[in-house]
Amino acid sequence: MLRDPAFRSSLVTFLAFAVFIVPTTFVISLGAALLVARTRVMQSFFRSVFFLPTACSYVVAALVWKMSIFSGIRSGLANAVLGWFGADSIPWLSLADPPWYWLVIVTARLWLQVGFYMILFLAGIQRISPTLYEAAAIDGAEGWKVFRHITLPQLRATSTAVLLLLLINAFQAFDEFYNILSTFGTYPPYARPPLVYLYYTALGSGQDFGHGSAGAVILTLIIAIVAVVQGRILRLGDRGD
Amino acid sequence: MSDKQIGREIGQALGANLTRRSLFALGGAAAVTGALAACGGNTGREPAASGGATGGGSGTTLNQWYHQYGEAGTQQAVEKYAAAYKDATVKVSWKPGDYDQSTAASLLTDAGPDVFEYGNGPTIDMIKGGQVVDLTDLIGATKSDFNPSILERMTYEGKTYAIPQVVDMQLLVYRKSMLDKAGVTPPQTIDELIAAAKKLTQGNVKGLFLGNDGGAGLMGGPMLWSAGLDYLTKDNQFGFDDPRAATALGKLREMWDAKVLLLGAPKDWFDPSALTAGLTAMQFTGLWTFPDLKKGLGDDFGVMAWPALDGQGKASVPVGAYGSCVSAKSKDVEAAKKFAKWLWIDQTAYQLDFATAYGFHIPSRTSLIGQASTLTSGQAADAAKLATDVGHAQSPILWTPKCNTAFGDAMNRIVKEGADPAGEIAKVKTVADAELKRVLA
Repeated sequence: MLRDPAFRSSLVTFLAFAVFIVPTTFVISLGAALLVARTRVMQSFFRSVFFLPTACSYVVAALVWKMSIFSGIRSGLANAVLGWFGADSIPWLSLADPPWYWLVIVTARLWLQVGFYMILFLAGIQRISPTLYEAAAIDGAEGWKVFRHITLPQLRATSTAVLLLLLINAFQAFDEFYNILSTFGTYPPYARPPLVYLYYTALGSGQDFGHGSAGAVILTLIIAIVAVVQGRILRLGDRGD
Repeated sequence: MSDKQIGREIGQALGANLTRRSLFALGGAAAVTGALAACGGNTGREPAASGGATGGGSGTTLNQWYHQYGEAGTQQAVEKYAAAYKDATVKVSWKPGDYDQSTAASLLTDAGPDVFEYGNGPTIDMIKGGQVVDLTDLIGATKSDFNPSILERMTYEGKTYAIPQVVDMQLLVYRKSMLDKAGVTPPQTIDELIAAAKKLTQGNVKGLFLGNDGGAGLMGGPMLWSAGLDYLTKDNQFGFDDPRAATALGKLREMWDAKVLLLGAPKDWFDPSALTAGLTAMQFTGLWTFPDLKKGLGDDFGVMAWPALDGQGKASVPVGAYGSCVSAKSKDVEAAKKFAKWLWIDQTAYQLDFATAYGFHIPSRTSLIGQASTLTSGQAADAAKLATDVGHAQSPILWTPKCNTAFGDAMNRIVKEGADPAGEIAKVKTVADAELKRVLA
């Protein structure tokens, strides 16, 4: 299985995707949580609006992204916006070079999951005792310093949980990839994470259960190793976490 | 008393020294068994499974499976046919979802169908695995009446394993008014097609639509045939290790580079909306779109085959058919064969009704095409003639799914990334040679 170049490239896709999507979602949802926590007006409105996409199905969102926002014709939302600036239409999902399809996949996933992690961070932020901030204010700390020395350390437990959940989610990449990039019975040879590749190998018309299960075992090993390493780095399960 | 002690007590009572952990394991195993039993409970053989309809007749009960057809009334029609059969009780199962995969898996079990349809007949693995039975003697004298390339696709080593039900085809459809306006006549060679597409590309209208992947998934076969080649040779060797194949596949990249292809349409090639909405002047699509094309464009469309590369090549249209197969695991193979013959060979009136009264298909029997009122005039008549004259089965029976994936990947690299066609063909050959060795062993 490891000699199969298609499977190796799927592993690379999957690691690159995780390396990109985990920190990006982390930063954006933390930022959104800080902003929402700070607003005085309509806080519950913003909270609900950001959280709402979480309720949407990955499949539905993928199809909206594919057929309406990023369709290749002039009337697609993204191309209509480009049109205002006089730019040519871009067939977002058809081009392999430059790889615009990543923009489609990543924005779909961010839209779907940022709200959920924002709520987790918001809960964490609201648990931080106001006395800490008062003490910091008396000491003259403000802005970035407060965030760096009070908010972030106090959010450590939440951050660990969020990172772990994000990583698991990234490794489960299937729904939006499959629904955005698959065409009638085929899937392009790029942006093909292992679950999509194995789906076609074992469950699709290939029905090659031998290679399918071998791939699944390799995948499990990788996830287990990453989980153990992450646990070590973040000291999961230490006292006080 | 702690849990552990309780475990030991029970264990001793059972005559084994069980610990709490092993008890848990036992419980888990019981739960798994229960879940499996629950999965196995819905075998489709029990009375009144979803979509089940019971036909008249006595004694033997046969299960017949269909995939879910999109056209209204098809399900009621096949249930009506089943009910009219007198020699056995036929229960129709209408299977939504991933029909090909679930049927292939069910053939390995006792819960499978007796008679079932399968796209282009059973796969080579089903035939080699002895999962389907030989139907050659059922077809008998009617053999010459079936579309020859379809029947050949369902035949392996001289034995036919399926009876073609209806023929579907793909072809090139164009907007007459757009071609007239641009002063373009329907192209006869690939180079003429490219020139025409360039002329027809104006503003937001593109010249040609071959699918949102630029034809990578759809046009591989037709391009090989246009060069006079095929997936496999007559003696089952890799068929396109040839510089002409590289030239032909490279033509698709030429169209891509010329920016004459419609890409990223909201609905892909199998839907007529790109043509009817005026996004493209020509589109490779299926016969099934004709009712919608008629509604949207009236008479403003014409049909043609995919042109030849040059004088040495051939024009073609891909044809495919669902074939009715009989499972070797059927409890009564003879009764199942008898029913398959009754419906798909003897009952020509039902075959005609099934092909023409609901969706837009071609009857698989040549003698019925003349009687199909939907196919007697206009573009549909032209299409039916193309299917008979230049119809080409989509892919040979020995071209396994694994070969297909390798070919699809290569096509994607050639068309979208501009990879060297000859190098990509060599990669496909490596995979295909190994697969051929496996299935022919």
